[in-house]
Order: sequence, then structure tokens, then C-alpha cells
Amino acid sequence: MYVAVKGGEKAIGNAHAWLAEERRGPTDIAELSLAQIREQLGLAVNRVMAEGSLYDPDLAALAIKQARGDLIEAIFLIRAYRTTLPRFGYSSPVETGEMACDRRISATFKDAPGGQVLGPTFDYTHRLLDFKLAAEGEVPTAPAGQPRTEATPHITEFLKGEDIIQDEPASDDTPGDLTREPMEFPSTRPLRLQSLTRGDEGFVLGMAYSTQRGYARNHAFVGELRIGKVAVEMDIPELGFAIDIGEVELTECETVNQFKGSKTEPPQFTRGYGLVFGQSERKSIAMALVDRALRWEELGEDNLGAPAQDEEFVLSHADNIQATGFLEHIKLPHYVDFQSELELVRKLRREAEERITLKEAAE
Amino acid sequence: MAEHTNISTAARQNWMGLLARAPEGDLMALWARYEAQPGFEWLRNPEVGGVMVRGRTGGTGAPFNLGEMTVTRCSLVLEDGTVGHSYVQGRSKSKAEAAALIDALMQTSAAEAVRDQVIAPLKEQMLTEKTDRAAKAAATKVEFFTMVRGED
Repeated sequence: MYVAVKGGEKAIGNAHAWLAEERRGPTDIAELSLAQIREQLGLAVNRVMAEGSLYDPDLAALAIKQARGDLIEAIFLIRAYRTTLPRFGYSSPVETGEMACDRRISATFKDAPGGQVLGPTFDYTHRLLDFKLAAEGEVPTAPAGQPRTEATPHITEFLKGEDIIQDEPASDDTPGDLTREPMEFPSTRPLRLQSLTRGDEGFVLGMAYSTQRGYARNHAFVGELRIGKVAVEMDIPELGFAIDIGEVELTECETVNQFKGSKTEPPQFTRGYGLVFGQSERKSIAMALVDRALRWEELGEDNLGAPAQDEEFVLSHADNIQATGFLEHIKLPHYVDFQSELELVRKLRREAEERITLKEAAE
Repeated sequence: MAEHTNISTAARQNWMGLLARAPEGDLMALWARYEAQPGFEWLRNPEVGGVMVRGRTGGTGAPFNLGEMTVTRCSLVLEDGTVGHSYVQGRSKSKAEAAALIDALMQTSAAEAVRDQVIAPLKEQMLTEKTDRAAKAAATKVEFFTMVRGED
């Protein structure tokens, strides 16, 4: 609880002016353009789109510039902007099986039809600083191979015939939307996935890591990870048919988890699922692990009391804008609250001192 | 009324989808070179909004809401009465206007000229870019093989 304060307008105005100056930095250094941020800091742009929950690389680049590179502040700006947009509708579910893959790997099936395609990955770099980047220079063109024109099928499709991996039967159920109705518990898997895909990467990563370290261990392998563009299609009422309204880059991760069976399910492989805007690989894998941990009840597993099994805990703390809003508000003026707390502590202190004095007098 | 010569839904879906996905710079450059900019009236002014993109659990299962994307839409009518609509990715009102004009013209006798001067080259450019990426991806395809172990 806090009470509004008045005043400070001049200081606030001056602080904003100084902020703008610090954002720009020394004017003898060239100013960053939005195109530079969009094209050269692409993974930061992707994170802002994923957690801002709005796919628009230009806006994400603007937010990063405005926030001086503070990505959570940038995500905050995107979330605020998002609320001003009229909602035209909901797309048809994207067909990730039709993705034009830049990258597609499997840690479980080395001979995956369609092949293991590394794409522009950091995986096999040595993590040594490359001082050549400190100097300007031409980048050699990446080699080209024989382009694949047909779609790359999902790897889990090939296991389905054996009935050894849990199926994900299609449905046309309308999913809940946490941007329209507040989250309630117990939740549903679609709502959990919506919450996780926009959740803080660090938080989701930490939760996923906790399952790997033994808090509700679920033995995950990356069955498939793919990154690429998919078309987004929507029904247009005035036309009476559906059209593509654009395309988005996505990272999709399917984990294959060992499962010994439960009271309700036979022994088989189960799955966790991650789908995130942009090239967001770490987030997507983490999302899949947490998704799988949260499915304990549906799969008839024991509740081990692990944090990653507790959907209320996970989903209530995954959103970095809610978290930072509540955390950071405690630095704003709370003078009136604090004044009353101060009075209370002084009173308690006085009473305690009086008690001691009385006691000493009695002795 | 303009001549609505048996335009199939599939054909219209094709060009509208292409216009929606097209990079703004490529589309506007081609459109600026198109011979005649037709007169029109707005039916719905360009409006920027959001569309909630959906995915499916496990890639094939129940739908869930993934996050929004920006979309700009508008509707207009040419002087001959032909109506054009557009829904394009991003926040560019000029891109939405160009796409709706092209959608309208594609339903008139100007269709062939618009196809030759805008749609076909645009499609070509977008395909080239897609193929270039696919070729680079193909160059990173690996064949992992398991090392032969001692006993067999």
C-alpha cells in the first residue's frame, strides 16, 4: 500500500533528459540504427519478441534501443504497446511440420529422415573471444549446398507406428487465453504453454535445470529441435476464406522422456513441448522440460513436491514483467507507509524500555 | 462493375498471402514502378492491430496461444467498383494500401500487367531468398556416425 506523492516534476524532467543523453552516449560515436539492432543483435530481438509476446522485429529493436539494452525493460515496453493494439483475431495453429528449417537436429535419432542440419549455431564454437570482431572486416559468404525443397517431417512421426511414444492427438478445442482472462489453478496444458513461452528465459531455464538435477527428474532427451519460418494463416470473415497473414520464425523443441509407466499409462516414451518466437533455443528446450514436469498428474506420476511440478508456483513466477513490476515498485516513494511503520517501531521501543525500567525499579 | 473473370479462391489466397508475407521494401519498390496508380476510395482505412498466433501441443495436438504478431489491414474500392482487401504483416499502412490495390487490380482486366510487373517478380525474389537460406542450411547437414566399439 502506498500513497501518492506530489512534486518532483522538475527533477523528473531533468532525469529524463539525462537518461536520453546517457542513452545516446558520446556523440563522436555513431548512433545505433534500428536496422543494426534488428539485423546484428537478432537473438536479443528474438528474446524481446518472445517474452514481450509480440512478433515484430522492428518494434523489438526500437524497444531495445529505448531501454539501453535492458531486455526486461524492453519487454516491458513491448507488453505495454501490445495492450494498445486491437485484436483482429486468432490464427489457425501453425504447421511446424511445414517449417522451412534453418536448423534441425535430434539428439536421439542420428539417421533422422531429412537429416541433421546444424544451421547457424554456437554449439561447436570454442567459446573463445574472437578479437577479429573488434576490427571491421568483410565476412566470407557461407557455403551453400543442395537446397531441400520438401518439408522436413517431425521425428516423432516415425516412432508413432510402433506405439512406443505418447501420441498428441489433434483437436480443435479453443484454448484459454491468459491475455484475456486471469490465470486460475488448476490450469490446462494449453494455458501452461502460453505462460511458459512468454515466461522469463532465466526463470524457465532454472526450473528446467532443477528437474535435471533431480527435483522431479524426468530423463529428457532432445528428440528434435528445429528453427525456421512458418506461415501464419487466419480466417478472414469479409473474404469467407483463410489467407496467410505473414510468417514467423519459431524454435520448436520436442523432448523424448523415459517413462516406466504408471497406474494409468503403459511404459512408453512421453513428450515435453517447447515452441518460442524467434531463434530461442535455450528457452525452447527449457520450456519443454518444464512442460513435461508439469504433466505429472495427467500421466499418473507421483507428486514429489518438486518446485517444477507445482504449476501454481511455476506459472505465478514465470512472468518477468509481473515480477519486476512488483519487485521494483518498492523503490518508489513509500514515505507515508514508512512513516506509520516508524511510529509503530518507536512506540514498541518506548514500551519495551518502560517495561525494563519498571522491572529494574521493582528489583 | 469490373469483370470478375472466374477468379478461384486458391488464386486469390495465393496472391494475398504472398503480399502479406512480402518484405515491405521489395513490394513497395515493385509497386512504385507499376505503370498506373489507380484511383480508389477507402472502405476501411488502414488499421494496425494484433493477431494471436496459435501453435499445437507437441506440434500436432490441442491448440494453444503462442503470442501475437502485428498486422495491418484495409479495404478499398476502385473507381470501377472492384473491392480490394489486405491483411499484411507488420505496421506499414502504405504496404497495406498497396496490397489492397493490387488485390483489387488482380480482379480486373489489369490482372495480367500486375501479375507480370509485381506479383511474379515479387514471388521470384522471395523464393530466391528462401532457397538461399535452404542452401546454406543444406551445407551444414552432418552425418554423425557411432564409433565402432571393441567387441562385436
